[in-house]
Amino acid sequence: MAEMDTSSGGGHKKGTGVKKPKKLSTRIDLTPMVDLGFLLITFFMFTTTLAKPKTMEINMPYKDPNMKEEEKNKIKNSVALTILLSKSHRVYYYEGIGEDPTKPPEVKVTYFNQKNGIRDEIISKKKMVDAMKASGQLTAKDQMTVLIKPDTTSTYSDLVNILDEMNINDVKVYAIIDISEVDREFIKATEVANGGQ
Amino acid sequence: MGHAKLPRKSTNIDMTAMCDVAFLLLTFFMLATKFKPEEPVVVKTPSSISSIMLPDNDVMLLTVDTKGRIFFAIDNKVKRKALIEEVNTTKGLNLSDAEMNSFAIGASVGVSFSQLKSYLSSTPEQQKNIDATAPGVPSDTVATSAANELGAWVTSARMTNPKLRVCIKADGDASYPNVAKIVKTLEGLKVFKFNLITNLKAIPPGTAAYVEANSGKK
Repeated sequence: MAEMDTSSGGGHKKGTGVKKPKKLSTRIDLTPMVDLGFLLITFFMFTTTLAKPKTMEINMPYKDPNMKEEEKNKIKNSVALTILLSKSHRVYYYEGIGEDPTKPPEVKVTYFNQKNGIRDEIISKKKMVDAMKASGQLTAKDQMTVLIKPDTTSTYSDLVNILDEMNINDVKVYAIIDISEVDREFIKATEVANGGQ
Repeated sequence: MGHAKLPRKSTNIDMTAMCDVAFLLLTFFMLATKFKPEEPVVVKTPSSISSIMLPDNDVMLLTVDTKGRIFFAIDNKVKRKALIEEVNTTKGLNLSDAEMNSFAIGASVGVSFSQLKSYLSSTPEQQKNIDATAPGVPSDTVATSAANELGAWVTSARMTNPKLRVCIKADGDASYPNVAKIVKTLEGLKVFKFNLITNLKAIPPGTAAYVEANSGKK
């Protein structure tokens, strides 16, 4: 495409004795240019960020220190699932909000596994709430609520993982709450019951 | 005699087509590229299924590394300049014009206000060295306390650009209390909506989100 045919032309003048100027080839060696092109490509490939970072949007509940007690949302014990995030990516969970000190909840431990992890627990709780709605024990307005309480020993990835589970399992209402001393006791008691550590 | 002469073929290849391809790709990469913003620390973000894109403009980036050090950054040179002028007057830092320019063209800040002047007066190379050992922007769980300098940064930044979206980019191994400090600070400043930067991972099949994602196409 970029070559020009220079070989033809002047053929008919052969033998006339006229000195013809020597024709130079118009072909250029493009190899260095290709080299340069690929060098620049390599540079741009390494510096580029083609995939833009993805983000996860979270909305924290409105909080005001001057808020009155009665304005706060109260959730029903039956729709709640409390999840405690603890050390070495352990997840403790129990039904309800664990408010009643006379009836300590049954705290179980699990991990962020694909199978038999916290996800199965969330799904079964969701089904339970749906069944209670169907049987009329709960009104249609009631929604399953997950209370997430990360302990100080948990990491940021635990938090993201559990928020991700909320998205994966389509849990509409969830909240991140400070862990209480009572919950810490629960974790400790469960650790002891499971043989220490 | 009797040998059939093989015609000699030239070993020259026509490079034109290859050159075309090379420059086509080059043009593509040049147009599609957006340079990586300079990062003060290496952060390995956790993964989630969320596929919301990070907005292009008006981003406030709070980076948290494994040790819990917080680095503060906003985009847009003009806004950065406005921000440092605002901070300079509210905090009485006595920064020179050159130091303020250094902030405007710089990347992120991970030092306290008291160290800011010396940080900004050093060269970009020195700043990088400081970043490696910097204590991070001091923060606290109480947004309005004087020790919570992160709160002051966020307040000033939102004053100069109210459209700012707060994005938290934290390392997966950062401990929760360090991230909680930021969240508490933001809550105290009535910022209840913010983004967490994550990597994309596949939606596990058989879940509610999977069903929803696949319901559109059939």
